[in-house]
Amino acid sequence: MLEALTLSAGYNAAVAMIGATLLGVAAGPVGVFMLLRRRALLADAASHSTLPGVVAAFLVSLWLTGDGRLLPVLLLGAAMAAALGVIGVQALQAHSRLSGSTAIAVVLSAGFGLGVMGLSYVQNLPVAGQAGLDRFLIGQTAGMRLADAYLIAGVAAALVLAVAAFFKELRLIAFDPDFAAAAGWPVQRLDLLANGLLLATVVVGLTSVGLILIVALLIVPAVTARLWTRSLERMALLAAGFGGVSAYCGAAASAAFHHLPTGATIVLVAGGIFAISLPFAPLSRPKGAAEAQEPPP
Amino acid sequence: MNPMLAIDLPALMIAVAASIACALPGSLLVLRGQALLGDALSHMVLPGIVIAFLATGRIASGPMLVGALAAGLIGAGLIALVRRAARLEPSAAMGLVFTILFAAGVVLLETEAARKVDLDLNHALYGHLEAALWLEPAEWADLLGLEIWLTAPRPLQMLAPVALLLALALVLVFKELRIASFDPDYATLQGFRPRMIDFGLTAATTLAAVAAFEAVGSILVIALLTCPAAMARLCTDRLAAHIGLSVFFASLIAVAGYTTAATLETSASATMAAAGGLAVALTVIVRHLRRRYAKPPAAVPGNAPNSEVRPLRPGSG
Repeated sequence: MLEALTLSAGYNAAVAMIGATLLGVAAGPVGVFMLLRRRALLADAASHSTLPGVVAAFLVSLWLTGDGRLLPVLLLGAAMAAALGVIGVQALQAHSRLSGSTAIAVVLSAGFGLGVMGLSYVQNLPVAGQAGLDRFLIGQTAGMRLADAYLIAGVAAALVLAVAAFFKELRLIAFDPDFAAAAGWPVQRLDLLANGLLLATVVVGLTSVGLILIVALLIVPAVTARLWTRSLERMALLAAGFGGVSAYCGAAASAAFHHLPTGATIVLVAGGIFAISLPFAPLSRPKGAAEAQEPPP
Repeated sequence: MNPMLAIDLPALMIAVAASIACALPGSLLVLRGQALLGDALSHMVLPGIVIAFLATGRIASGPMLVGALAAGLIGAGLIALVRRAARLEPSAAMGLVFTILFAAGVVLLETEAARKVDLDLNHALYGHLEAALWLEPAEWADLLGLEIWLTAPRPLQMLAPVALLLALALVLVFKELRIASFDPDYATLQGFRPRMIDFGLTAATTLAAVAAFEAVGSILVIALLTCPAAMARLCTDRLAAHIGLSVFFASLIAVAGYTTAATLETSASATMAAAGGLAVALTVIVRHLRRRYAKPPAAVPGNAPNSEVRPLRPGSG
């Protein structure tokens, strides 16, 4: 365990752990903005919709190059499918009378169903490499190829930088999109940017946390941070810290004990930080406190 | 051995029974805008099922039901607690609780249960509908005897009573549900407590989710809960018709999904989920085309359909 925590459990594992940690750091603030915009479970629909994209990308790259395991291609397929999933939710809401939660549930189940269908189809093919596809379900950093680990770490670092660079814009559309529009900001493009960052986090998280649980890395650190502070800057920083620590500890634990699944362990660490924060943090509502003092945000 | 009788018939019956058992509570969830509660519950039963499995060492209906019901109700309680204590909107509180509980179930499954062979992660994620075998009836005429049904595959022995129980419960409380849907204020005056409806629906959904677990796993349940009910929601405004159509569409999706899966040789439960999503999309498209090409109805002011079902608690979840 100590070996893994100090990044000396092998070069590949160390790069993979750094990648997971950077992802956790990026997911914190992205999650804060997602919560503010009340889109918590839209990310769940997006992440479950990535699976058919991964399978389709596997088949395409197998057909084109003879190797289905090219991670950049798989992630590109995942990103396109996730975007389709979000568009699907919005279309169902706009063109039928189904409520938002029903639309999310329908897209989530259809996407995941299509993906598992694809997985079972690919498993019957007489080719190699398809066995690695189901690691996207619950994530596994162990045994990642070095080039892939570099790719994940690089994209995750870019994500952290993007969140920092666009912090002001994200804050604007999260709090007061009407004011932002009146003040001449390109609100629609900023909205697209925010959704893009969300999708990027989901897609990068597929390898370490997996598509079923990635939404937890967005929600849990952000909610925990909100228990400690009201200031958006501090909230984003705290969420980044909680996300990073959870991802780091979870990835290290699963590198040390190979039967521990990476993604689920990361989520359990994040859940532990939340459970410790809940009774002690200044902004959690103590039992029996007057409700009127704390209007829901 | 008659392959139709030994393999396809039990699997189809399990698929239809699972779909109907889920469509009954699912129709109410969709009506109340709580589809994601179904998503949360279907994830949260996993740790309960795994703990029951570890305690007994085998897949047994009774302990699994108890464990899953306990996990579902504890999870629902935790969601309410977190929602209040952390001042969260319902969907964020749900997302927080169900992912953490599901993660706990996955860790338990991978570290402890993996040493035993009966229950593995794939099984928990997408079920094992294809494993249903029923060798006892040698020919179709055997199905007429009553004793033969006692040898039916275990998932069916769990699903059929659960589906019947849920249907019966729905019939018994139908009047109350209708009043609560039409006129929540009057219902409160009459002394129906919304909390009782919440509790009953949570328990019913958990029961359906765990009964369907062996057949379709813990994630694809959400398709069975939501898709038929979403189609029915698009077709009718009457409560009885909504529930009836949900059950009808559920059976249709199960049969279509299973036969497609048998042809394509894909996972049966996943194909049912995909068929459900496709069916909802088709319903939306058909309704649009009909509205576009149908004559616009003459607008009669003051004659709005007053039979419209209002969500009992709009917008939650």
